[in-house]
Amino acid sequence: MKNDKKIEHHLSEDLLMRYSNGTLCEAFSLAVATHISMCDDCRAALESYEAVGGALLDTTDPEEMGDESFESVMALIESQPAQTEQVAKIVATDVPSALSDYIGGSLQDVKWRPIGLGVKQSLLKTSGNSTARLLYIPAGTAVPHHSHNGNELTLVLKGAFEDEVARFGPGDVEMADEDLDHQPIAVEGEDCICLAVTDAPLKFQTFIHKLVQPFLKI
Amino acid sequence: MLRLFDDIENPYSPSANSNGTLAGQVVSMGPRILEENNSQNWEQLLVLVSETNDRIAFRHLFNHFAPRIKSFLMKAGADQTMAEECSQEAMATVWNKAKLFDPNRASASTWIFTIARNKRIDAIRKVRRPEPDELTWPDEIEPAQEEALELKQQSEILADAIKNLPEKQRQLVEKAFFKELSHSEIALETGLPLGTIKSRIRLALERLRHAMG
Repeated sequence: MKNDKKIEHHLSEDLLMRYSNGTLCEAFSLAVATHISMCDDCRAALESYEAVGGALLDTTDPEEMGDESFESVMALIESQPAQTEQVAKIVATDVPSALSDYIGGSLQDVKWRPIGLGVKQSLLKTSGNSTARLLYIPAGTAVPHHSHNGNELTLVLKGAFEDEVARFGPGDVEMADEDLDHQPIAVEGEDCICLAVTDAPLKFQTFIHKLVQPFLKI
Repeated sequence: MLRLFDDIENPYSPSANSNGTLAGQVVSMGPRILEENNSQNWEQLLVLVSETNDRIAFRHLFNHFAPRIKSFLMKAGADQTMAEECSQEAMATVWNKAKLFDPNRASASTWIFTIARNKRIDAIRKVRRPEPDELTWPDEIEPAQEEALELKQQSEILADAIKNLPEKQRQLVEKAFFKELSHSEIALETGLPLGTIKSRIRLALERLRHAMG
């Protein structure tokens, strides 16, 4: 899925490196794969991290393989059925396929649950302690003021939002940590849909939100 | 490393010769390069595996990469047995997916690294890895030889830059990259002060950027 507008807010080097070496958890990997599908700059940056991985693999001290190891590999190859050409399934969708796999189709298929003030969310099933969810913020609406216990990554899929930091449009990524206390507001004109990933529950500032937070799973 | 090739009298099967200019280069440059244990020709060997199921080419790839995949997996936390098994499976994947290898898009070691990395995720971390959409290229654009050459030169520069790092810096870059270690964990493991680690990693990355610039 390509984006006409220039993406201005990109993935951090740390996220790209951890996605490239295979240590990033599933929820954050989902956000990284979705962003890279929309952003050629980050795709190129990922490829250079993979090239670093390749060069390190090439220069690392080898570990001796077991006896008959090569023969085992050839036996393994022969025991497997011949590879059939994989035809990529083409699904009409408005999101990259990494994300479409998790929502089972397009943004029209998302099962939203209201979480108050017109804002809706849909939790995506990922392993590990991090949480991935889609957020639907009606145009002109604010998400409650909150800070974070951990890291929060927000990737805009549709529409745009603004907060104390900047304006974020389709493909843009905002990274927030403990130090950021912000109130995103969807800009007028179009409802905003984001993929949000957190590695710890958000801290909402008002008492009432603190009270309901355990039930919202946000 | 040399002894690994002792059992192969003629490292090039006849199929290598029927392969046009690329294979011609393999034949003319191959023996010298293999003796020096250099990485220049892995791309052409992979293409031979893809096009002609060339077992001897595959054996060379195995001899070089399997022990290094095993090393990577052990540094990533797998034990000896699991690392052995997973590197065998990774090499079987190299054979099976060789047709998907595109020398215009990645060097052989980078492509094989991504297979080893995916093995780490599937078998050791046991999690799913969402993948970006593939870039689709218009059919009429033939992969240009020049692009492949340029990419090869870039990855050689990068590999050389990494090889030429002072050993301590190379090890730190490797630890930071292969293991899931933060700077402070590396400090604990190496006994070096955190400030020293950070400046060494920064220095190493600067050297890499400079070498590639």
